Amino acid sequence: MKSIIAFELYKIFRRPRTYIAFGAIAALIVVIQFGLKIDGESYASFLMKDINDTLTVDGKVLNGYLICYILLQLLLVHVPLLVALIAADMISGEANLGTLRLLFSTPFTRTEWVLGKFIAASIYTIVLLIWLAFLALFVSMWVFGTDDLFLMKSNYVVLIQEKDVLWRYVGAFVFASFSLLTVTALGFLMSSMANNSIGPIVGTMSAIVFFTILSTLNIPLFSIIKPYLFTTHMNNWKEFFDIQVNDGNEAIAGSILNIAKIKNSLFVLSAHIILFVTAAVYITKKKDILS
Amino acid sequence: MKKVIVFAFFYCCSNVVIAQVDPLIEKVSKKLGLVNDYVAEGVMKTDVSFIKASLGKVKVYFKKPNLLKVKKEGGISLLPKGGVSLTINTLLNTKKYSTIPGGTQVVNGKTLTVLKLIPNDDNLDWVISTLWIDPVEALVYKTATTTKENGSYEITMQYGAYAQYGLASKIVFSFNTKDYKLPNGITLEFGDEDPAAKKKLLKNKKGTVEITYNNYIINKGIPNSIF
Amino acid sequence: MSVIQVNNVSKHFGSLKAVDGLSFEVQEGQVFGFLGQNGSGKSTTIRMLLSLIHPTSGSIEIFGHSIQDNRNKVLEEIGAIIERPDLYPYLSAKEHLTLFAKLRSKKITPSSIEDTLKKVGLLDRAKDKVQTFSLGMKQRLGIGIALLHNPSLIILDEPTNGLDPQGISDIRNLIQHLAKEEGKTILVSSHILSEIEQMASHILILHKGKKIADGPIQSLLDPNKMVVHVTTTNDEQAIQLILAGSFSNYLLKRAEGIYLSIPHFEIPLLNQFLVNAGVGLINVESRNSLEDYFLQVTSNTQ
Repeated sequence: MKSIIAFELYKIFRRPRTYIAFGAIAALIVVIQFGLKIDGESYASFLMKDINDTLTVDGKVLNGYLICYILLQLLLVHVPLLVALIAADMISGEANLGTLRLLFSTPFTRTEWVLGKFIAASIYTIVLLIWLAFLALFVSMWVFGTDDLFLMKSNYVVLIQEKDVLWRYVGAFVFASFSLLTVTALGFLMSSMANNSIGPIVGTMSAIVFFTILSTLNIPLFSIIKPYLFTTHMNNWKEFFDIQVNDGNEAIAGSILNIAKIKNSLFVLSAHIILFVTAAVYITKKKDILS
Repeated sequence: MKKVIVFAFFYCCSNVVIAQVDPLIEKVSKKLGLVNDYVAEGVMKTDVSFIKASLGKVKVYFKKPNLLKVKKEGGISLLPKGGVSLTINTLLNTKKYSTIPGGTQVVNGKTLTVLKLIPNDDNLDWVISTLWIDPVEALVYKTATTTKENGSYEITMQYGAYAQYGLASKIVFSFNTKDYKLPNGITLEFGDEDPAAKKKLLKNKKGTVEITYNNYIINKGIPNSIF
Repeated sequence: MSVIQVNNVSKHFGSLKAVDGLSFEVQEGQVFGFLGQNGSGKSTTIRMLLSLIHPTSGSIEIFGHSIQDNRNKVLEEIGAIIERPDLYPYLSAKEHLTLFAKLRSKKITPSSIEDTLKKVGLLDRAKDKVQTFSLGMKQRLGIGIALLHNPSLIILDEPTNGLDPQGISDIRNLIQHLAKEEGKTILVSSHILSEIEQMASHILILHKGKKIADGPIQSLLDPNKMVVHVTTTNDEQAIQLILAGSFSNYLLKRAEGIYLSIPHFEIPLLNQFLVNAGVGLINVESRNSLEDYFLQVTSNTQ
């Protein structure tokens, strides 16, 4: 299967379309970093409006760690759509091009082809995430410097010491990779069901939007299915940035508030990945290649 | 003529009453006056219902008459707005106040003299301050101050090795907090909220900042640039 | 030795029988021509040979192994081009061959790749992207990919599609060389019957999913019968007369012209019949070609 993975990776990275996602992420991040560098203080003041009534906050609030958190909040909602562009094209794109019959008449089983293609698509996804991590975290650290992470959530504030932040980002990016791989697997499944890419790409994006809405609506009817939707779990990388407190309301450095939630989400996402890929393998094995 | 004399008498008396400062305050001020400046190292704990923060090392700089700076050693510090600057030293060093006796009160097993300070200068930041003082040690164990712009707060003090200078080993600032809320559209948090946690946040409207000092360097000189 | 053995294979797409009870064998070293009109089931059969389509029933063996049970082993020895040559437009000719070489267990050296490019006439365009290629050049590259790993069985579906006369001649010579000099077994399908006639030793004709002819070309072209093309001064009248007379069974259905598949000795009788009936004879031309045979058998089964 190594030769299939190498074959697919070569094609992915030789194709101009691949670099759209890299360019889009770079453009988005640079624009946001530029905006925050120029006018970040007013943004921070707006966020800290309620706090400033009671407390004086001294220190570099708008530092690289906070900028990275803001960027991840924005981008990890939209990057799945960029991932879908490649993943949803992996099989249907070949069918549309007419090259699928060329590939499936080589001495590899269809299972090997499907798994090899999925692994290649996953590697692409991880590379994209590393690119995002480099720009969002390391470039932000370089441009804005570092300090404690002063996170303003909807109902409370978390202040994480500077030395306690970096490992959390590592954990968050590892978690985000599972989220994006779930989207990769979904796009892949859609791709196995069609002979051109438009349907799977639009289908994947629509599914993400649809399930995200179900996940975020606080309607009791949907609360039964919410725990099983992958979109409910995709944003739980944020749990790495919530800490436990002791009886004296003192934050415990190095802790995570709800590690069970992270583990549960990873399990649900992994289960979705396995389910989608298994279904893609089954569908591809059974179908007649008429394209 | 008689009326003029009576009026003049009461006027003088009232002025004498208003200008009076309790001798206990003088005793406290004298003790505090031994300190021209200090640098204190300590650990700060912020306890506000909607803030999760860990302990942080701080350095507190003081220079007579009323320069005070709390610096966290690396990192972001959260201090009650306007409150930290009004410590006993800075309060008493203004010398622009009158005292009104408030009797005695038992606080933590100690019988303390209660004195109210009323500022004589309209330019001062505070409106009234109540002090609980040990008359024997001439140490202030508690203050309750109302400021013009930053609400009211309490400071309680404990003393240890540096009691002779009137410098506390532990200071707790207590203050009222307002509601904290950011819209979900800003924070992009659309998950289910924990109702029990939310109820707890709404109930608790007080916050404290606690500084435990472990070292004072006194009267070694501090440049004004620190402040 | 039998290289391909197809046993009673059928393929249904819903109610449509694309291939119906097809059986045939291809022997080692043969150039096997696969003929049929559009929609006759040729491509479906070829795709079943390559396990791209699952047969509804029947079995296929290649090199003595079931294609379903020993797929990878069998496909290692097959090189194929199926219908039009669809390739990756953003890759060059050399990149295509290099990538596909890595999918084979046989080691294929850079010099082998160069030899293949030379063989198909693309050496000077090796580094150009396929999106700049003409249809004929893409066809050559497709053939190159099929030949790259030196397979024992070569399946070519419409290999001369889009090629100019020189290109067609080159491919014909290549196929003949591969069969005669290198002992390859070749299955070639084409609509250009004259090309099949020149290349193939055996043919199979499919019509509406069923086999209607199968065997060596020479034995199929009946020496006792001849296909004649009759040109008259009044073709309509001539046809009416033939249909009313004893020659009606020999008349072939064609869009234009009068064609009969007629025993040699009856040709003079036909001439006399038409002349006596007052039809002016302009020409009687004999045609004993595969195309005529093809048209004959397919019209008989309509």
